[in-house]
Amino acid sequence: MNIQLRDRPEASASTGIKTGIADCDIHPARATKDELYPYLAKRWHAHLETFGVHPYQGMMGGPPYPKAQPNASRRDAYPPEGGKQGSSLSFMQKQLLDPNNVVLGVLNPLDTGQGIRNQDLAGAICSAINDWQIEKWTSKDSRLKGSIVVANEDGVSAAAEIRKRAGDKNFVQVLLLSRNVEPLGQRRYWPIYEAAQEAGLPVGVHAFGFGGNPITASGWPSYYIEEMVGHSQCQQTALASLVLEGVFARFPSLKMVMVEAGFGWAPSLAWRLDKVFDRLHAEVPHLTRKPSEYIRDHIWWTTQPMEDPESRDHLFQTIEWIGWDKLLFATDYPHWDYDEPSRVLPAGVSDANRQAFYLDNAKKLYGIS
Amino acid sequence: MARHVIAPVDELPPGTRKFLEIDGRPIAVFNVKGEFFGLLNRCPHQGAALCEGPLIGLASSSDPGEIEYTKLGEIIRCPWHGWEFDIRTGQSYCDPRRFRVKAYPVNVEPGTNVVKGPYVAETIAVSVESDYVVVDL
Repeated sequence: MNIQLRDRPEASASTGIKTGIADCDIHPARATKDELYPYLAKRWHAHLETFGVHPYQGMMGGPPYPKAQPNASRRDAYPPEGGKQGSSLSFMQKQLLDPNNVVLGVLNPLDTGQGIRNQDLAGAICSAINDWQIEKWTSKDSRLKGSIVVANEDGVSAAAEIRKRAGDKNFVQVLLLSRNVEPLGQRRYWPIYEAAQEAGLPVGVHAFGFGGNPITASGWPSYYIEEMVGHSQCQQTALASLVLEGVFARFPSLKMVMVEAGFGWAPSLAWRLDKVFDRLHAEVPHLTRKPSEYIRDHIWWTTQPMEDPESRDHLFQTIEWIGWDKLLFATDYPHWDYDEPSRVLPAGVSDANRQAFYLDNAKKLYGIS
Repeated sequence: MARHVIAPVDELPPGTRKFLEIDGRPIAVFNVKGEFFGLLNRCPHQGAALCEGPLIGLASSSDPGEIEYTKLGEIIRCPWHGWEFDIRTGQSYCDPRRFRVKAYPVNVEPGTNVVKGPYVAETIAVSVESDYVVVDL
């Protein structure tokens, strides 16, 4: 039924974007299962082959919800030489970086050691992924920058990995996921924030994760579509926790990026937090500012999947609240809900705001000249 | 409107599709169970190569609990965001009011007609013994 006569899809839709852009959410993948082995001690090769990995979540071999597209990816993103979507630098260059004039691409590896119960193994795989990012990607294409992945449930080991990479220009941020064993403001994660602040690196929090909790606050839903919209509520829980536990009060120069979880909900969460804070601030006296002020000053937001209300005025009002200086354009390549750079922003945006949205905010946040 | 000869029928058996460019436009021609369909290979949503997606059916419901699965193999699902279009008409099932993909008539013509023209034979060598797939554009 679906036999194709053409051997290979060509790079599709090129864009109308003329000036350079930053893509703040690109997912690099491994072409083969053992691609990581050169970066892992021999001990772990044997361990992986004998015992495998044991994640916090119940699902051993994949995400809790099937993804509707193979590997959650665009069907035209398989590299011609084989392997998973996102596993070939040359095809990523041809399909994403070159035609879209990407001058800064932030790599966010998702299949790492995060969420593995064996903390030594989690740390070893994360460190291997960091070496792999340099060797396979950032050293081969200077447009690409890595994210330091860490054993997220072991703050001490995570902080050590961040300090090991601090000052390495191959990396521009630390990467966490939104669904952990506990909400992200909890003290077990503080060493991560302390080390990131010390290194001058933002902490990205990407939707998804392996903590074992359901995607919603009230149990496991039936459909993948519920997981897709559930990312926003997970992220709200994470952000509320970060604010109310006092992470930004304690680490005043920490910057965080909410990745792939939407931003339309930011104003209403902040309004609600401020409203209850006015009444309950005695419970959280460690907060010296209103919750909304922490959110405005400490949080950046990637755009994909772009909010798409029928009225563009509603979009613009939301962005006015957040600030045009806080949005970071992202495609999510090679994933299927990819945003095409030339199609995401409606007409009616000033040249200065477009420039900030597509490039300048990211360069400034990530320290790229 | 020009008529473009794109392939001998034998080269586009049921279950296959052919991608080509005609007058600078990316076109895909499908053979679904012996019927031929032509579509612009560009999704009106965000510009993906729409026709590289799978051909599926249409699941719809008139009443709660009543699910119909129709148009089997006649719905093209975009390889990016999964938007669905009817390959007979180009109608969108995501947002019929705002979006439609251009559909082109495709016919099978005997070689005796094709040789006479007026047809644009692309790069196909035409002979009277065969039948040919012809796109109107």
